[in-house]
Formats: sequence, structure tokens, C-alpha cells
Amino acid sequence: MDLPRVLSLQNILSLLFFLLPASALTTGIYMIFSTKPEMATQEIQPNETLTNLKAESDTLKTKLEDERAKLHDVELHQVAEKVDGLGQFIMKTRRTLKGHGNKVLCMDWCKDKRRIVSSSQDGKVIVWDAFTTNKEHAVTMPCTWVMACAYAPSGCAVACGGLDNKCSVYPLSLDKNENLAAKKKSVAMHTNYLSACSFTNSDMQILTSSGDGTCALWDVESGQLLQSFHGHAADVLCLDLAPSETGNTFVSGGCDKKANVWDMRSGQCIQSFETHESDINSVRYYPSGDAFASGSDDATCRLYDLRADREVAIYSKESIIFGASSVDFSLSGRLLFGGYNDYTINVWDVLKGTRVSILFGHENRVSTLRLSPDGTAFCSGSWDHTLRVRDRGYHLGYIPKRTTLSG
Amino acid sequence: MERVIVAMQDPDMGMKMRNQRLLITVIPHAMTGNDVIEWLIQKYNITEEEARHLGGLLVQYGYIYPLREPRSLLLRSDDSPYRFQTPYFWTSSRWPATELDYAIYLAKKNIRKQGELVDYEKENYSILHKRINHTWDFVVMQAREQLRASKQRRKADRIVLECQEQAYWLINKPCVNMPLYYHYTTLGRNRVKSSICLESFMKYSEQYLHHDPIMSGCLPSNPWISDDTSHWTINTDMVGIPTRLRVERWSFSFMELLNDSMGRREFMIYLEKEFSAENLCFWVACEDLRHGESSKIILKVEEVYKNFLAPGAARWVNIDSKTMERTLEGIKRPHRFIMDDAQMHIYFLMKKDSYPRNLTSRTPTLAIVPQETKKSVFPFMRRQRHSSPSPAMVTQATEDDGKAKGAGPTGTSSTTNSQI
Repeated sequence: MDLPRVLSLQNILSLLFFLLPASALTTGIYMIFSTKPEMATQEIQPNETLTNLKAESDTLKTKLEDERAKLHDVELHQVAEKVDGLGQFIMKTRRTLKGHGNKVLCMDWCKDKRRIVSSSQDGKVIVWDAFTTNKEHAVTMPCTWVMACAYAPSGCAVACGGLDNKCSVYPLSLDKNENLAAKKKSVAMHTNYLSACSFTNSDMQILTSSGDGTCALWDVESGQLLQSFHGHAADVLCLDLAPSETGNTFVSGGCDKKANVWDMRSGQCIQSFETHESDINSVRYYPSGDAFASGSDDATCRLYDLRADREVAIYSKESIIFGASSVDFSLSGRLLFGGYNDYTINVWDVLKGTRVSILFGHENRVSTLRLSPDGTAFCSGSWDHTLRVRDRGYHLGYIPKRTTLSG
Repeated sequence: MERVIVAMQDPDMGMKMRNQRLLITVIPHAMTGNDVIEWLIQKYNITEEEARHLGGLLVQYGYIYPLREPRSLLLRSDDSPYRFQTPYFWTSSRWPATELDYAIYLAKKNIRKQGELVDYEKENYSILHKRINHTWDFVVMQAREQLRASKQRRKADRIVLECQEQAYWLINKPCVNMPLYYHYTTLGRNRVKSSICLESFMKYSEQYLHHDPIMSGCLPSNPWISDDTSHWTINTDMVGIPTRLRVERWSFSFMELLNDSMGRREFMIYLEKEFSAENLCFWVACEDLRHGESSKIILKVEEVYKNFLAPGAARWVNIDSKTMERTLEGIKRPHRFIMDDAQMHIYFLMKKDSYPRNLTSRTPTLAIVPQETKKSVFPFMRRQRHSSPSPAMVTQATEDDGKAKGAGPTGTSSTTNSQI
């Protein structure tokens, strides 16, 4: 039996084109892609051929690399020589959240430090109190592969999306009988799958990234597009907001191997890094906001410094051949947790560049990983349908060394 | 210019248009170049030279387009046919030409007649193809649909539409060339030496070492390990006395202080003593504007102006004249980021002045150092894990974890583990 194909946005548009007169068609396109054209501010003389311009662009790129290299006077591990090594790190699973019927694709923490929202391939989005492992809310999305989910800063709503090309916000109701899907609000509309979403500092705005190669900033209340970000040449897979004072930038990573830093106000790409050898699956800012880490299908995680404008560290090992799907820092930025497609989590010493721990436990690839808001634990979600909250494990009788704080 | 065009098209006083022949097809509603010039001379009482100049401008800006040689945007004073461009395509009225539309136009041309694209069009086509490769299927699909829809029309209409579109793109083609200016700006960027950047990572990690629960543990105990939520209870927003670590963190950076609601409260009290509390209030109001609902923006901007910026305002903030001028100018067209400059000015004012003075002059805040929970005698016995009220509750969220278990051996008898 041939099941009817779901009407994707493209199909709907083609129907519109058939029905409407020519002049209105182009308006239709504009409404979906209302963006500023990427115009060169310089006046291009008509007789300058494009090959000349291309050559000029290439020479500039090499010049750029030279300039970047000039200021690179020392490597990170050299500077880190005077820092004590970390020794053996044991991490233990403290909670296992079971309840998803299929691969867990994404998760996010609530600001209350104990609640979690997670989404999976079967279209289910579940809100847990990870501390008690109770499920508090469950929503069934109309599509499968819910690849993105986020908790609102107030803790009163969650956003999620995936193959439906949309990002929808569900206010969380405490009435157990209420159907959460009834109050759903469609906020973002892309022309391809939604790969990541995140609330900005408030419940009112959402930042999304999509397989259509763009990122976008939306107003939740009206669903209006506030700003769109063009520059990736392929699917954008991940994004992270900067914890900076002025709070106006974010970084995105895509299948074009580039990590771009954007200004949210103007929509401009202000910095770009292209050293990975494959798709960038995850990006996360260093806690100070001066750098960010990325995890990629090329089996490495890399650290990029924004002020030095270059890559400053690579976290890799010959024995690691599977891609990293998600990364996050510990609260002090000393540790980098990486979830990999070979079912493990590798814990790296950010400063020394060495691996301090390898964590087993998941029975399929790790798809998502995030530190809790106060840094007390981190949660990993996997294709084995579970989520695990992990923490430091201590040998019996071991007490972590702490200098006394004069009270 | 548009007034002239509208006058020209007036049925009574306007130009006489007749069906012109273009090769074999008859195009309705066309006129000759000569007609245009004559009409202009008559209507505006100008010389032929001026009429020719004005007419030429009309063609250059796309209000009239030639049917015979579409690429040469000139007004010929002979019997070459011209037509009025439909208002939809007027330069003034509509959307800025986006790359996507241009790509669809080029794709259409390519499909219709292979090799009809002119050199520069061919190059633009390949650049666009690379640039928006991921939506190329969409482009081709739209092009095909548009061609199919146009085939349904009468030939005359089709030619007219094609000419209209072609004329439009001749004038409005977006600059498809690579954003060279981006490379120039990045080249000129100020970069910091690696040694300095990397040192800062050392310092940061060291400074936050004791605040990192995974690295150094936390007091009284890590809730995930001991099942005791005291650590969370003593660090809530509403707690009476903050912990030592929390207070220490406020001294790391101004941002840390502002991010902690308790720290912000303490800072406000200090500023009130210094009679500069309006700075922090202004900053908070600007943050609210930036991150709040779109529908309330205009209202909020007015409020901010009334309270902080208007001359003689109750809580007037001291901003330098240039920023004030810029902000007041921008308020006429309010948007979300209109207060950014002023907000940043005040932020840095507080950061460089009030904040450091607060740090040095502050009387030691009362703070507690929680006792570490002694390891329970029976490490296998797990405590009751209490649930907490969901933040989704609209009413006051009261911490109900109760039993502030301090030090002391725990020996709970129950080991129930709540599960679904």
C-alpha cells in the first residue's frame, strides 16, 4: 500500500506556483526567504572579471592564514606544563532514565538543575525530574526524528522540532489531564529539518539552526523571524549561545566543516574557522566565552580561541576512529566531555590535551551530552534509548582534597 | 518619476498606444520611442533634448523597457517598440532582489534554451550554484514550475511577461560576487598573541577549580551522589545567607555578580548608598527590552525614556552626549536594540567604577560554609529522593525539600527508589 507522502513545505509551494499567477509567485519566495542579499559593499567595475576576483579572494585567504600564524607563539600544552596533571578520573552513572521507545537524539537541562527534557526518534518528548527519575510530562510530536529540544529559562515551557522543519514551543501544564499538544505554538519555519534550537536569555526568543543551511532568530509570541544568518554552504548541525557580557553572539557548526561566529543583531558572520576535516556535529563555548570547542565526524574535538582567531588545541587519539557527536565543558573549563559514535564518552584535560577517562555504559552511540547548570553532573543521551546522569565516582573512603576556606 | 509614468498611462490624456508588431507576434499596448518623446514634449512643454534625456532615464530605471533590443537600455526616437513595466517590478515598490530569485530566473533561462545565458550570467549562475547548493533542488523545481505555468498562457502574454522579467533583472541583478569585503575586514582584525590567550585559560581553570563540583566536589555533598539536596537548598535565590563560595564568585567578574540574583540585590543596596542605583535599574530595564516580547517594545522604550533619559527624569542616567544624541534619535524609530549603546555605556561605567569599589569597601558578607556530610555508615542504603515543585508552577515556588539535613550520620531505614 502506498502511503501518502507528507506534504513538505516544498510540495506546498509547488502547488501554489501552479495555482497563482507569475507575478505573485516570486512574492511567495520572498516571504519565505526574506533576507538581506549578501552584496559586496565594494563597487565592482564591470570589466573586472570574476576570475580576477576569485584569485584576489584566494590570495586574501592565504594572507589571513599568515597573519593568524604570526601571533601564534606558543602551543597550549606547552603553557600547560606548569599545571598539575589530573590523574585517574573515575566517573559513575548515578541515574539511568529509561522510558524512551527509540533513539534519544537530544536533551537539555532546566535551570533548576535537576529537570531534563529529552527527545527521541519516535517523536516523543519527555520532561523528567532526573533526580527522582520520575517522568513529569510527555508530548508526542507529529513527526519522527525530533532532533532538537530545549528547556525555557523560566522552566515553564519546552521547545522542540525535527523533521517537521519547524520549532514548536509547548507550555508545560501541571494539570495531568491536559493535553500539552493543545497549547502548542509553532514558532520557527525552515525549509529543511531542524537540527538544533535554543532559547536566548528569555522565554521570548528562540535561535534555531536547520538543514537548509541557515540559522534564524524568532520571536516566540508572534512567530516572526527577527534575523536570519546565511553563510554556511551546507546543513547547519549545531549552535551555542555565547555567555558574554554583551550577550550578542553565537557559534554554529555545519556539514561544510566550518564553525561560524555570528552577531545576532546584524546577522553578519564575524569569524569563521575551517580546520575540521568533516561535519561538525557539536559546538560549545568555553565557560569564559573566549573560546569554543567543537566535535566532528573526523573523530577529533578542537578548541578555537576567539581572540587569537585560531584553533589552539586538538583532542584526538589514534585509537579513536569514530566521530564525536556532542561536547561540553565542566564548570571550570578544565574538562571537556565528548560523546562519540563508538558508544563511549571520552573525558579530556582541556589544558594538557590528554584524555583522563573513558566512560562505557551506553549500548549504542552517544548522541547528546550536556553539563547540568551548576556543574554537579552531566547527562548523556544515546541511541540505546536511555539517558545517563554521571558524576565523579570515589573509591570507598576517598574524600576529595579541598583547601580550607577561611570562614 | 512614477508620476510621469502614471500620467503617461492615463487613458484620456496619456499616450496613444497601439498594437505593435514584434517580428511575427503582435504585442498589445506598446508604443514607439518617438511617441514617448513627442508626448513628453507636449505634456511638459520641454525641448526635444530634455524629453530624450527624461525618457532615457525612465528606461534606465526600468519603468519603460524596449521590446526589440532588451539589453540596450536606451530610448530611441524612432519606431522601435517600448512598453510600460508593470508596477510590480518598479524599482521603488518592491523587495530587494534576492539571490534566490535571481537564481530561479537564471535557472529558468537555462532550462528554456540551453546556452542562452550570456557570459556574465553563466558565471553568476555557477557562483550561485555553489553558494546556495543546498537549496538548488528548490531553485530548479521553482524554475520548472514557473515555466510550466507560463506555457499555459497566450504567446503574447508570455512574451510580455518574459520581457518584463528580463528588463527587471537587467537593472536589479544582485551582486553575486564573493563577499570580498569580509576577507578585507578579517585581515584587519585585531588578534591577540597565543601566549596571552592560553594563559587566560590557565587562570580561569585555576580560579574556578573549587567551584567546579566535578573537579573538587561540593558541600555539603553532591546531590547526585548522596541523594541529599541540601546543596541545592542552600544555594537558591531566596536563601537568607549565601554560601562562601557563592560570595567569592561575585568577586571574579562583574558578569558573575549580575548573573546571580542575590549578588545583584546586594549590589543594588550598595549603589543606593552611593546614589547611583539608577544605573543598575536602567541596565535591568534595557535587558528587559532586549529579551522581552516584541509587542511590548514600543511601550518599554517609552517607559525607559520617561524614567531614565528624558531631561528632568526621576532617575536620569549620566550618558555621554554623543551616545545620548544617538539614542534619542533612534527612539523615533524604536526597535529591540535601540538602547544597546546606552546600555553598554552604563554597564562599563558600573564595571569600571562601582563594582571595584564595592569589592574593596564591602563589609564581609555574612556567609556560611556548609559542613561536609559524613559518609553514611551503610553506603548501600539510599535515602529517599524527594521530588521538588516544578518551576512550571505559577504560584510561589517554595522549596519543599524540608529536612535541612546538616552533618551527622544518616541511617534511614527506607531505601525506596521512586520510579515509573
